[in-house]
Amino acid sequence: MDTIKIVLAGQPNVGKSMLINAMSGSNGLKVGNFSGVTVEKTELCFEHHCHMFEMVDLPGTYSIRGFSQEEKVAHDYLVNEDYDVIINVLDSTHLKRNLLLTLELLKLNKKMVVALNMADEAKKEGIEIDVKQIEKIIGVPVVLVSANTKEGVEELLEKVHEVADSHERIKSNILYSDAMEEEILAIESFLDQKGFALRDLSNREIAIRLLFEDKDIYKELHDEPIMMELQPIILKALQHLYTHHDTKNVQEIKANEYHAIARGIHLETVKCQRDRGKKSLTKQIDEVLINRYLGIPIFLFLMWGLFQLTFTLGAIPMDLIDGAIGTFGDWVGSNISNEFMRNVIVDGIIAGVGAVLLFLPNIIILYIGIALLETTGYMSRVAFLLDGFFHKFGLHGKSFIPLVTGFGCSVPAYMAARTLKSEKDRLITLFIIGFMSCGARLPIYVLFTGAFFGADKAGNILFLIYISGAMLGLVMAKILRVVVFKGEDEPFVMEMPKYRFPSFTLIWHTVYNNAKSYVKKAGTFILGASVLIWVLATYPNQPILEQEYQAKIEQSSKEEAKKLENQLKMKKLEMSYLGQIGKASEPFFEPLGFDWKMTVALETGLAAKEVVVSTLGVLYAIGDEVDENSNALARELKKNISFASAISFIVFVMIYLPCLAASMVFAKEAGGYKYLAYLFVFTTVTAWVFSFITYRILV
Amino acid sequence: MKLSELNKGDRAIIKKIDSSEDLKRRLASFGVVRGSELSVEACSIGKQTMEIMVDDTFIGLRAEEAEEIEVEKI
Repeated sequence: MDTIKIVLAGQPNVGKSMLINAMSGSNGLKVGNFSGVTVEKTELCFEHHCHMFEMVDLPGTYSIRGFSQEEKVAHDYLVNEDYDVIINVLDSTHLKRNLLLTLELLKLNKKMVVALNMADEAKKEGIEIDVKQIEKIIGVPVVLVSANTKEGVEELLEKVHEVADSHERIKSNILYSDAMEEEILAIESFLDQKGFALRDLSNREIAIRLLFEDKDIYKELHDEPIMMELQPIILKALQHLYTHHDTKNVQEIKANEYHAIARGIHLETVKCQRDRGKKSLTKQIDEVLINRYLGIPIFLFLMWGLFQLTFTLGAIPMDLIDGAIGTFGDWVGSNISNEFMRNVIVDGIIAGVGAVLLFLPNIIILYIGIALLETTGYMSRVAFLLDGFFHKFGLHGKSFIPLVTGFGCSVPAYMAARTLKSEKDRLITLFIIGFMSCGARLPIYVLFTGAFFGADKAGNILFLIYISGAMLGLVMAKILRVVVFKGEDEPFVMEMPKYRFPSFTLIWHTVYNNAKSYVKKAGTFILGASVLIWVLATYPNQPILEQEYQAKIEQSSKEEAKKLENQLKMKKLEMSYLGQIGKASEPFFEPLGFDWKMTVALETGLAAKEVVVSTLGVLYAIGDEVDENSNALARELKKNISFASAISFIVFVMIYLPCLAASMVFAKEAGGYKYLAYLFVFTTVTAWVFSFITYRILV
Repeated sequence: MKLSELNKGDRAIIKKIDSSEDLKRRLASFGVVRGSELSVEACSIGKQTMEIMVDDTFIGLRAEEAEEIEVEKI
């Protein structure tokens, strides 16, 4: 079977990822409505008409001439990699601006199909596009599609087949300004007279590149004798262009020419019937949402609402899940006769994994909230609102996007930081993403706030935890800016995408994928960790101690015996491997009010934050039977941990190093393990100091 | 007159852009070039950032950047 390798290129917010979903019928890709969702090129395969379609989704870029790191990714791929066809995706409702990228892509001289996406939206807005005419002008096939309604998707696939199989190129009829055309003609006819030819480039194309001072063409022509005669002609031509455009900056001339072309194509092929006087919906919504005075309060209210919802709505199914896990544990326990196996499975696996699964509802609600922020276009508005404030802390308004993503998971957040152009802005953002508590830390907070504050206050406390984490992050950013990363600021120039109604399927896919990976992690990684922790907590065996207690238990009354049994369990736990590890590091954490169990939980949390809860689950389940009533663990915690210690623990969890997976991504994005070492020191010291202060104040 | 001096609701034509090459290119890819017509859609508190509209595209920019854009009010 033949493979057709396709590259998707387009500006941000043109629905590229969604179009891939529509084309492949697959749901694997993340789709969002803010600049820079596809931070890494994504690959995908599917079959169509006996051809394997291999798709590469490049990050959305306004231009391929390198402004941000993403644009470099896109540019390098398009120029250096081997592929068959480019699909250039455009937003039909913003044709003029989108055509600028198309003009750049045409210069690559590759096989290309243009997909005018969001055709349904354009129709609704009264925009009519003459596809045949655009085709005639730019010389590549053009298809109207809608990823939403799937209209035109089949046609697009057919066109890709056609283009991939054909070897002919249609001539394009792109016309530059009169002055430019005059000079192109002069150079072209000279090259024709000399009978000159270079690669597959036409002489007209060579002339255009020479006039736009394309470095590569000059390099190629450098050793050609024709260059000697060509030089005076080019010099004269440039002089003409300088006077025509009133500038000596060739880049600016090029931009002006491209704009004129895009404007020309737009004028010639697009009919807009929209009532000019009528305010667009986006404008009306913006009147409220980025209102000078209302904007920020509305944003804060929405965030507060999200955390309230996370707790109150999330609490409803939690009791059910908790009960189910308890019952399941009892049922499994009663069916296994081997005591060792029963302990491993019930106390190790079910207690550990169950403690993590319990928080699935909270995680889902949080992800729905973040997905809504992303897909509606509100995220960019918040960046706009907060830039003034962020700027004071040495951050960029755009840092907001990776930071908010960080509330979900730090891994995509680290990657989203690539939208920042300045290296310093990017590093600062990377360093403080961890302060935005990720979804995996949520279970720890829910557990502790639930246990120590009660359900009615927990939502507010949760909000407070997140906000103070974020605030602390900002302060740290300022410190980093002043002390470590001094220098120029990146300009803030950002597209505010049109508000779009969130598509249900889109949100469902995002949330579903995140929830799936959370459960998968619970089923694999956390399961393994739970067993390991259980083993470490159970061994080595203490036969002498056991005999000693056994003798005592036999002699005492029923009530005494129970007490002694629990005492024995505690003693055994303390002498286990896990107990030894905890005890060894206890001095370091003792000033913060942590006992060795909490210390161990924190240490295991370096692998994954969910493990903190499962470790606590395992450690505290040992002293008691698995309880089928709700929130058994929370009650255990309240019994064993003081209020001050609990708060201090929350503070430490808020600040300390993110999980292993996130740390690896951090090292990769920041540019080396050296930075990870800095991050480790930075977060651990900060966490320790703040926990210490918290504990000392409260105790 | 500078873009940063305009207020919400004002319309203007761009006369000159004095930014760095990189920024000029980014602005150009948004359709912000000499001769484009723009309108100011919103300003944040203290005019730290402003939202302008060019060719149906909404663009947010900071006061520092707006200062580098020379416009003529219409």
